Order: sequence, then structure tokens, then C-alpha cells
Amino acid sequence: MEAVNNISNRNKVHPYVVALWIGCAAIVMMFASLTSAYIVRKGAGNWLEFKLPSYFIYNTLVILFSSVTRQISYNSFKKGNFKVYKLALISTLILGIIFTTVQYLGWKNLDSIGVTLTGNPSGSFIYVIPGIHLAHLIGGILGLIMACFHAFSLPEKFSEIRKVRLEVTTTYWHFIGFLWVYLILFFIYS
Amino acid sequence: MSAIANHPETHEDILIREQGFDDHFHDHHHGDKFQSNFITKYIFSQDHKMISKQFLITGMLWAIIGAGMSIIFRLQLGFPEESLLWLKPLLGKWITVNSEGVGKLAPEFYYALVTMHGTIIVFFVLTAGLSGTFSNLLIPLQIGARDMASGFLNMLSYWFFFLSSIVMFYSMFLSTGPFSGGWTAYPPLSALPQASDGSKTGMTLWLVSLTFFVVSVLLGGINYITTVLNLRTKGMTMWRMPLTIWAFFVTAILGLLSFPVLVSGFFLLMFDRGMGTSFYLSEIYVNGKALENVGGSPILYQHLFWFLGHPEVYIIILPAMGLVSEVLSVHTRKPIFGYKAMVFSILAIGFLSFIVWAHHMFMSGVNPFLSNFFVIFTLIIAVPSAVKVFNWIATIYGGNLRLNSPSLFAIGFVSLFISGGLTGIFLGNSAIDIQMHDTYFVVAHFHIVMGVAAFFGMFAGVYHWFPKLYGRFMNDTLGKIHFWGTLIGAYAIFWPMHYIGMAGVPRRYYSYDNFETFNHFAKINQFITIAACVVFLLQILFVVNFFYSIWKGKVVTERNPWESSTLEWTTPIEHIHGNWPGNIPTVHRWPYDYAKDGKDYICQVEPLGVGEEDSGSH
Repeated sequence: MEAVNNISNRNKVHPYVVALWIGCAAIVMMFASLTSAYIVRKGAGNWLEFKLPSYFIYNTLVILFSSVTRQISYNSFKKGNFKVYKLALISTLILGIIFTTVQYLGWKNLDSIGVTLTGNPSGSFIYVIPGIHLAHLIGGILGLIMACFHAFSLPEKFSEIRKVRLEVTTTYWHFIGFLWVYLILFFIYS
Repeated sequence: MSAIANHPETHEDILIREQGFDDHFHDHHHGDKFQSNFITKYIFSQDHKMISKQFLITGMLWAIIGAGMSIIFRLQLGFPEESLLWLKPLLGKWITVNSEGVGKLAPEFYYALVTMHGTIIVFFVLTAGLSGTFSNLLIPLQIGARDMASGFLNMLSYWFFFLSSIVMFYSMFLSTGPFSGGWTAYPPLSALPQASDGSKTGMTLWLVSLTFFVVSVLLGGINYITTVLNLRTKGMTMWRMPLTIWAFFVTAILGLLSFPVLVSGFFLLMFDRGMGTSFYLSEIYVNGKALENVGGSPILYQHLFWFLGHPEVYIIILPAMGLVSEVLSVHTRKPIFGYKAMVFSILAIGFLSFIVWAHHMFMSGVNPFLSNFFVIFTLIIAVPSAVKVFNWIATIYGGNLRLNSPSLFAIGFVSLFISGGLTGIFLGNSAIDIQMHDTYFVVAHFHIVMGVAAFFGMFAGVYHWFPKLYGRFMNDTLGKIHFWGTLIGAYAIFWPMHYIGMAGVPRRYYSYDNFETFNHFAKINQFITIAACVVFLLQILFVVNFFYSIWKGKVVTERNPWESSTLEWTTPIEHIHGNWPGNIPTVHRWPYDYAKDGKDYICQVEPLGVGEEDSGSH
């Protein structure tokens, strides 16, 4: 099962990092199309206006804060400060779980004010688009659990491949965070 | 390694040993001693060459199924009066027998066949089978890489395709049949299980299958793009890449940017189907019952679908164009005419493919003023396409042409691309499209330009790179019979369709019994069906030739049997882990140095002579 190790030091940027950015481009296209669909559908009229539950708005702070802890963790790994690295990584995981829970509360709140999944598409979009975003975030959380497992099981030693792995998962986490910032601004101002 | 050591060292070997780039690959613990067992070598392989074969053979199986389906519905169209009882052992309950013992194809199954034919050929054969095969085979070999950026993701890419295939194949055996609402799966037909039998579980599995398929395309695409950007060998600048690589690279970008949009459309469709949302549904009355769904827009789906759907046709044709450019240059013994113009044309086609999608929707109630925009950009695509055609012809002109199977198929591609492309100019005009829409004219157009032409590009590629894939040649005589039969046969099928299309015969009709005005086309339809059967049999001949040659074909004794200048032919005939036994090659020149300075060809690893200029640099 061993793959070819064809990563020579001729590459300035590690191919995994390049691959991640390319993957992110695909995700951007997905959300660009979903938000375009939102605009097109809204433009067609028969559109239910309602106030976005504040859960979604405050949750933005949670995800932004988790990006900060994630970056701290990565920087500390590079500097060899393993204590902060582990602590910040665990904090990120907790913040990720909080974000997931608060999104769920947001939908519960939406449901309680009568905006249901099956009603007017304006409400359906608020379930579906953040739902697909959350699915991507949960992918990030799985990566984070892997990272925590590595952090606590592997020896406290710097290695290039661990750095690349952390760089890739950290970048993905920031990406998903900024994606949420885009979505929340989109929902508020569109 | 012993088999490799037996070959005498070639001039290129010496160059690579002395001047190649030492990436310390063979210092790794697994380098030359890479051990693999049956499962890791043939099944869960992470080697791009094996994955390429997996894509090719899976694609071929699907091609036989997809083309076989077209034969069944062509029999219905050509010979509606004949009994199809003999198909009952294969199709079971989909052949209904009346009191006189005459077997008829069930109308709902006719639609399922048409739908599956389109889905299978477009996605499984001409996307996975074409781009999957040749991107995997050629990207690492032609840019001088040991393998793809991630062998693991590459393996996953194939297995997601396989999973997708299994789900689609399974859906054909459902009691309600596979999905039958057309390969475009427009709602509300696709969104409402109660709308037709095919829209029940068949549609659910269709969506699941294609979602897995998109995962496969994305994983593959991420790998192809990363590999091209990051793993080119020393000296292999972007402007020294063969046109195949340019084509695969742009194809992967198109797939990466357009398939996620299709998935968005699918997700919304899944919610409409399963969760009761109304993204695409509004005020529908079905089976005597009014639905609760209000506020949806079926046109929204069409926008999302065709935002993929149009780039998709270039995802199909660009790799074929790349293969044809390479094959023509090698077999005419001439540099490709206008290399940079070819690259810019690929880029222009790639860009334009994203802003023409609504030309599929002229008749969907799109604002006619909006249509003008799409008409203009659609017609502009003719410009880079014409540049490419001109350059291919200019490459052939005055060449020292070897008329063998690969070059014949490449020339056939150019012929078909011109014939099919010209009718695209008709259909791209919204005013003419009003008349032509949903007639056989459209069927003829897209089958020639992206169906048969893409197959021809693929055949050119298979015949040309078969020695690289299997270390043997395919039989050239059978190949020529395959070519001439298929070329004449394909025109015999699709040329008459233009006429019946212009006369207004609509596509997607099971039978024309109730339309007296179309009665006099019965003979043409018979002719088309007979031609289709002959062409199908010729493809079976190709399959026989392919598998026979894997084991019994003429053995390749020279590394570079076509005397080609690109890097894939500097690797040993036997496939080895990491592609090159020692250093990876260093590149000194563009890939098309044929008939230069009195030499027949100059390999890319040959350093420039004193005062010599790289022909690709201007």
C-alpha cells in the first residue's frame, strides 16, 4: 500500500499544500453556486423575510476565535513549544464542537419561530447552506481529532511531515472559518 | 530489475544517467525493492500506470453497456413493427408480449435506456474512461514525475468511480427500473418519485452514484493539477509541456470548478426529493393530487446543471484534442503547427466554456435579451476551435505521414470535429435553436462533435500508447478495419439525422405511430439502425483486438517504437515503481523537435547544441 515518495526538495511549496488550495477552490465553487441560487431564487419573488437568529451571528465569533487558537497551536509546534501546541489544539477542538452545537441551536430557534425546512425556500436555504458548511466543518473536526491523537501519542519531536500535516489541516480550518464569515455576511446583506 | 538490466542502455539512458536530476528516490528504503502483492499491485494500486489501466478497462466495460443500450433503442426506432421477443432473456419483463406473441420494448424502459445511455457515455466513458485513463498514464510520465502528488488520493479516485459504477449498475436491476427522465435529470420529473417509475429508487441511486462520481473526479482533478504544477522535472517549464498535458491540466481545472456546482444542484434536488423542500417545485398537480410545494423554480436546476453541463463537454473533448495533437505530430514527423496558439486556444476554450451554459436553455423561458449574451460567447468559441482545426491540418500538410491506426483515428477526429462543430454554429443561434430544439438535428450535432469525435481521440490514444501500457502493439490491420468501418458507419448514422432533424422529427420519442407526417422517415430510421449495429460490432472487434493484444500482441522490443521525443518513451518497457530506474530526466527543449537540423526527432532530454535555440521558445 505504500505510495511513491516523489516529493523532492525542488518544490518550494509542498504538493499537499497546493492540493489543499485546489480542493478549497472546488469548495468555493460549491458555495458560490449555492449563494447564487439563493440570489436567483430571491429575485424571483415570493420570498419570506425573517430575522436571522442571533445564534448564527454570535457563532461567527466562536469560529474566528477557534482559528486563532489553531494558528497558535501550529506556531507553537514550529517553535517546539509542545505544551502550548497541545493546549491550543484541544481548545480548537472544543470551540469546533461548541460551534456545531450552537448551529444546531440556531436551527432549533429558526424552527420555533415557524421558519421550517420545508416552508418557503428562503428558510430552506438557511438550513441547507449552513448545513453543507457544517458538514465541511465536521470534516475539519475529524482532522482535528486525528491531530489531537497525534499530538498526545507521538513523541514531542519536530518533524517536517508533521509540520506539513498541521499546515494543511490548519489552513483548511481557517478556510472553513472564513467561509462561514462570508456566508453570514451574505445572509445579512444580500 | 533483471528484465530491465537486459536491455542495452540507450542514448537517452546515458543522458538521463549523466545529466538527469537525482531526487534521491532510490535512496529511500522502499525504492527499488518496493514489494507488492497481488492486491496492492492490481487492485488497490497506488501506481498511476495501474490506475490508468483500471480506468481504461472499467470505461471500456461501460462503453459496451452504454453502446449496447443504444442498439436496443435504435432497434425500436428503426424497426418498430418487429418482434423483440429474442431480447426477453436479457431484458425480462421490459419486453412485453402481446396476444399474438409479438414482443415489444416497454415504453418506460425505452426512456430508461436513453437516460442510462447518456449518463454512462458522458460520465463513465468519456469523462472517467478518457480523462481518467490518459491523465493518469501521461501526466507523470510526460512531465518527468515519479508518480502523482498523492498516490493514495489517486487510488481513492478510482475506487469512488468504481463505487459509483456499482450503484448505477445495481439501479438497472430494480423492479421499477433505472432512472428514466433523461441524463439531465430535470425536475420536477426527477424530483417527484410519484412522477414515474424511474423517478423512484432508480433516481435516488442515480443521484448517489453521480455524487460518488463527482468525488472521484475531484480527487483525480486535485491530483492532476497539483502534479502538473508541482512535480514537473527540472527544465520542464510550462511552455515545454506536451499539448496532452496542457489539455489534461485545463480539463482538470474545468472539472474542479464545475462539478461542485453540479453537486450543489444535486443536494438541493435530494432535499426536494427526500426532505420536502421546494427549491425546484412549485404548484404541481400529479396523479390527481395537488402537491404542497410552492415557491420553487425548476429553471434554477437547469442553471446549476448546465453550469457543469457545458464545461463537461469540454472536459470530454479537450483530452481528446490533446491526444490528437500529440499523435498527429509524432506520426506526421513534424512539429505541431502553432504550439502556443494551441495552448492559448485550450485556455480560451476553457474560459469561454463557463459563460455559455444558457445556450442549452434558449427554450426554457430564459429572457431573450439574456440569450443574446450567450449566443455571442457561444459563437466566439468557434474561433479557438477553428484555430485548433487549422493547426491540425497545417500539421498534417506536407508531413511524412505514417498511416497507421493511431494517426488515422487522429485524422478522423479532425474530420468529425469539423462536421460536428459546424452544426454547433447553427444551434448556438437562439433564433435557429427555436426551430431545431429537441430534434434529431441536436442529436446528430452533439453525437458527432463530442461523442464520436471524443471516441476517436480516445482510440487514437489507445492505439498510440498501447505499447506504453502493455508492452505490446495492437494489431494494425484490425485497427484500420476498425477505423474505416467506424468512420463511415458513424457518418452513416448521424449524417441522415441532420435531415430528419431539420424536417422537425423530435428526439426522445418512443414511437412515431401517431404522427403521419414522419412516416416517410421510416426507411431512414431503418438505415440508421443498421449502420448503428454495424458500428457496434466493429467496436466489439476493437475490444477483441485490445484484449488479444494484451497477451498475444506483437512484443515491443524498442523503448521508443514511434520515435517520439517526449519523456514517457524514455522509461523502461516494463512498468517499474517510480518510472525511471535511476535519475529522473532533465528537460532541455520543447516536446516537438521533429525533422529539425536533419534529425528525424530529438528527445526532450537532449541538451541544446552550441548556438541552438529551443524551438518552443518563440
